[in-house]
Amino acid sequence: MLPLKDGDKPVVRKLLSSGCCARCVLRFCCISVQAAYRKPPQETLEELRAFIGNTENGKSQQSASDSHDAAGSEPPGEPPMKRAKLEPVEPGAAVGGDASAVVKVEEEESSVCVACLGILQELSGPTQAVKIAERVKEGEYEFDTLVLSVSLPAQLCVREHSCWLHVKKELREKSAALAKDDVIPVKEAFKWIMQGLVAKELGGVAVVIRSLFEVSVEFTHPETEADCHFLASTCASCFKPTKNKQSVFTRMAVVKALEKISDAVFLKHYAFPPPRPSSSCVPQDVKCLHTSIFIAGRYNKFCRSLPQTPWVIDGERRMESSVEELIAAPVLLSFRAAGFNFSSSGREDVDVRTLGNGRPFAMELLNPHRSKLSREEMKHLQETINKSSDKIRVRDLQIVSREAMGRMKEGEEAKTKSYTALVWTQKAIQSQDIAFIDGIKDLTLDQKTPLRVLHRRPLAVRQRVVHRMITRYLDPHHFHLELKTQAGTYIKEFVHGDFGRTKPNMSVLLKMDTDILELDVESVDVDWPPSIPE
Amino acid sequence: MDGVEQRDTEATAPSVIDRYYTRWFRADMKGKPCEDHCILQHSNRLCVITLAETHPILQDGRAIKNINYQISNCCSRLNNKVSGKSKRGGQFLTDFAPLCRITCTDETEYTIYSCIRGRLLEVNESILETPTLLLEKPSTEGYIAVILPKFEESKRITENLLSREEFETVVSKRIVAQSQPS
Repeated sequence: MLPLKDGDKPVVRKLLSSGCCARCVLRFCCISVQAAYRKPPQETLEELRAFIGNTENGKSQQSASDSHDAAGSEPPGEPPMKRAKLEPVEPGAAVGGDASAVVKVEEEESSVCVACLGILQELSGPTQAVKIAERVKEGEYEFDTLVLSVSLPAQLCVREHSCWLHVKKELREKSAALAKDDVIPVKEAFKWIMQGLVAKELGGVAVVIRSLFEVSVEFTHPETEADCHFLASTCASCFKPTKNKQSVFTRMAVVKALEKISDAVFLKHYAFPPPRPSSSCVPQDVKCLHTSIFIAGRYNKFCRSLPQTPWVIDGERRMESSVEELIAAPVLLSFRAAGFNFSSSGREDVDVRTLGNGRPFAMELLNPHRSKLSREEMKHLQETINKSSDKIRVRDLQIVSREAMGRMKEGEEAKTKSYTALVWTQKAIQSQDIAFIDGIKDLTLDQKTPLRVLHRRPLAVRQRVVHRMITRYLDPHHFHLELKTQAGTYIKEFVHGDFGRTKPNMSVLLKMDTDILELDVESVDVDWPPSIPE
Repeated sequence: MDGVEQRDTEATAPSVIDRYYTRWFRADMKGKPCEDHCILQHSNRLCVITLAETHPILQDGRAIKNINYQISNCCSRLNNKVSGKSKRGGQFLTDFAPLCRITCTDETEYTIYSCIRGRLLEVNESILETPTLLLEKPSTEGYIAVILPKFEESKRITENLLSREEFETVVSKRIVAQSQPS
């Protein structure tokens, strides 16, 4: 039994005769009993008719006897199909509310609801649930719960607003009030119907309000898109054309305009009841999306001809592969993710090796179909990456939280790094000529933006500190230089001077031309991510 | 690190310029004999303007009396200020825009020109303090200015410039002309 009150009768009558479906009638009567929406729509319709029929007993009996006079056969013009849904009306039987139902039958059943455009009619039910569940199963996602989200065409708001205004008017005459918030939104009713059905189709998975896995259902209704257009003339400020949006009539803009428009202006432009559509909404493809998973680790780079990110100029790849692609390939496979965003605590040049414990990195995996890997599986994934190429090596591979990205970037600015450079000198040197360098502590450099990056960085002077240096003499024109520096120090420019734009530099210190032949990163002194013992 | 063999300094002396830059030249700038400029074009399209080895300033043991970046009453290259990644505010130069005027101790005066179209990023202030840098290291620490050509023009700017080979041909022709009896 529906929790309807006498005061609801005029509302039910008005909406049914205007082309609303049974479930929408429930909504405007503020019925918040979820089970009511899950009953077959036909049942609900009959209950509603029975409900309004009670006051019209006299009238209906008369019309029933009229139809009986027509030899008890079906009134002309009614297609037999529709009649079959109801129990056949036997001549002479007590008719009560049924008779008025008979007369109105083809109006409600054949037409698409003017308020929900079919969404709460044939578009919500077991058939739809099966379709949704099928799409989810196709994706072979790993998930514990899911959230069902639904996107409705913007013009639904306009139709809803129209129905509400007229219901409000109907009630005002009986001195009752109806706030727009009390009306059950189409979206909510849809979810009440579908969540349980989808859950059942997917083996009882919990369909919740917030989840890592989202199943999105979208409906469009091209036929009635123009319903919103009048709002552009009444509320031009809400509809500013933007470059990227295809239609200016977004749901948000329409809602905003409806908030602003006065009842009188609305009623002038938009008729009640809203025009009956000839077809239902069109369901778009069901979209499944799992929130991103983040993994982190540290990488070594042993190759002097490997860029960190793909090197592409004018659509042409300049160098084969990259650190991020070599790491990403096995990871994307394991997590069955669609794509990734790679991020690291600083970068090294193509021709620079990264030794020692390696450089911290993190990867966001987009729409992963698998989200949980055990420690064993992560270890195995790490081994797969390491076996796939001798140019890189990964360690401490682990799943981390989204906040991880921030931890890693803080290392980029704040922490120290250690390097070894192979330095060439123009003049011949002996080991005692470079010994003094070992005694220099916390040398402050003024580095103008190096010319090699000046095309894409602002011109500025940066102060950076070289904490300490250790020299290892090789031969009269070469020595190894170990340095420990502040993050963000340009090592190559410190050695060759960059046209004198880094001061002081090694040339100035040694009073001769110097150049850097090789550079290795020995350590990136960030204690994140946590190390995983092998 | 890898083992290192003895490297022959003379033959294979490494240089930043050789690794990352292409040398272009403009000879006899504005018709003035031998006032040759060398433009170092980085692979990222930035250009460093320098004096070519053949420039008169670098000949005959000249010494520099004064370098002036004030090229007119209202324009000083020292006032050039760029901001942001797109280097807004930098003075836009055409081929024959003067960068600075150099006066030598023997009273000879020379104007150094931009040679290319582009936005002026910086001029070398170190040579104001230490003019000998210009004489001793004209290709590196003694550079004059850094210019960023427009992205669309970056490939075309070399159309008016001589490659190293072409420049060397021009220079050798001068030597021949000089040695011929007039």
